[in-house]
Amino acid sequence: MQASEASTDVIIVGAGPVGLFAVFELGLAKLKAHVVDILDKPGGQCAELYPEKPIYDIPGLPFCTGQELTDRLLEQIRPFEPVFHFGEMVEALTRTVDGKWRLTTDTGRVLIAPVVVIAAGGGSFVPKRPPIPGIEAYEGKSVFYAVRRIDAFRGRRIVIAGGGDSALDWTVNLAPMAGQLTLVHRRPEFRAAPDTVRKMRELEEQGLVRFELGQPAELKGSDGKLDAVVIKRTDGSTFDIESDTLLPFFGLTMKLGPIANFGLNLNENLIPVDTAKFETSTQAVFAIGDINSYSGKLKLILSGFHEAALMAQAAHRYVHPDKTLRFQYTTSSSELQRLLKVA
Amino acid sequence: MFVTVHMPDGATHRLEALEGWRVMEVIRDWGLPIKAECGGACACATCHVWVGEEWLAKLVPPTAEELEMLDGAFQVDERSRLCCQIIMSKELDGLVVELAPESLADAPPERLAVGG
Ligand SMILES: Cc1cc2nc3c(=O)[nH]c(=O)nc-3n(C[C@H](O)[C@H](O)[C@H](O)COP(=O)(O)OP(=O)(O)OC[C@H]3O[C@@H](n4cnc5c(N)ncnc54)[C@H](O)[C@@H]3O)c2cc1C
Ligand code: FES
Repeated sequence: MQASEASTDVIIVGAGPVGLFAVFELGLAKLKAHVVDILDKPGGQCAELYPEKPIYDIPGLPFCTGQELTDRLLEQIRPFEPVFHFGEMVEALTRTVDGKWRLTTDTGRVLIAPVVVIAAGGGSFVPKRPPIPGIEAYEGKSVFYAVRRIDAFRGRRIVIAGGGDSALDWTVNLAPMAGQLTLVHRRPEFRAAPDTVRKMRELEEQGLVRFELGQPAELKGSDGKLDAVVIKRTDGSTFDIESDTLLPFFGLTMKLGPIANFGLNLNENLIPVDTAKFETSTQAVFAIGDINSYSGKLKLILSGFHEAALMAQAAHRYVHPDKTLRFQYTTSSSELQRLLKVA
Repeated sequence: MFVTVHMPDGATHRLEALEGWRVMEVIRDWGLPIKAECGGACACATCHVWVGEEWLAKLVPPTAEELEMLDGAFQVDERSRLCCQIIMSKELDGLVVELAPESLADAPPERLAVGG
């Protein structure tokens, strides 16, 4: 784990549409931003839940898909050169001795800034945990929801459960080095790239992959050490697969996650803010988008955009207490147009 | 018309439903804790229910998209449906569903303001 440390003006937690637009509003105020997201791509719910579905209520954009909105936001914020850290979970937020914020992620990254903006939406996207009794005890020892180092799985007797891209990709990638690999899925069809499915079938023919119809129902073992996964067939009958490793890939779900431990006020998993600055009850920590709550809040993208604009004004006062921010239009201000790299 | 929902904790609710509404919306709008993360876009599988055996034949069969999304649910069997894809109609008056444990929300959604 390579620890790395960087300083910036503002750290944004969450690269959903609202976190992305915050980069823009901060950029107009000449503030630089780093953006962290546990997903491996920008766009939050728009990109993860409905990339191909339509949105009709973005002002001035009669129609766009979740992915199109994400792409347009990325284009809009490009002049401000945000630094993205994808695939990283923000784990802790603490004060430094000189009154700045120190944010750490699960890869050991450290970011320092005077202002933090929580744009965590519906929470962090994390893998779904199968409702298997006692599975928690195996997690991290025998049950893993992600593969960081392929090498750690060499020689292991692996069961992969699921039928999507992750399940199929890891089946294909781990089969050559696994001691034994069984893919378990509830039906013979897969929702994965056809090419990967073809490769999986080839590996099956070569005897490197075994495919079983069913769903994991029970784990056998002790002290977190797995001995077998009990598989339930559609007809209700069960059988054991002897194995020491289970990799369940059933997609992602939203969980508030570590933000709950940041010491911020929380109300039913939302962060209360004022409606002039969208600041939390903790100084210089703002919350915008779906994660915040205030009287009359609507969980709409356009509301989050408005919140980002007001937040940026207040953030500027924290980063540059000695400077005043002049109100200007992008249409007519040559200064803003220089920042946007159009003049 | 009504929908009966068995919750994972054993509680049973008989909910008034309106024609044309998704069963997920009926459950959510009555304030019961259903995750339904994607709001009915058939994109999350956190509105998984088991439909009462006797109702299966009356339902519009699942689309390929729904079957694919069900891959992201647990303990899926032939009674499994994503209830955001079940639209209430006269034939479904009295429908019985059981909410799958993984589709139970941690905290109930905000109650909708109801007039009158
Ligand atoms: C199917 C569907 C259709 C919708 N249609 C519309 C519509 O038509 N119009 C509209 O206005 N809105 C719509 N919405 C709502 C809209 O998508 C949300 O309001 C919007 O995505 C909120 O943006 P956000 O940036 O606040 O949060 P999100 O989009 O939820 O993004 C938050 C990001 O923060 C990340 N994150 C959270 N915690 C951490 C952490 N600790 N570490 C690292 N990363 C973290 C998450 O992984 C996520 O990527 C729809 C939603 C859905 C599901
Ligand atoms: S609410 Fe997401 S699939 Fe039904």
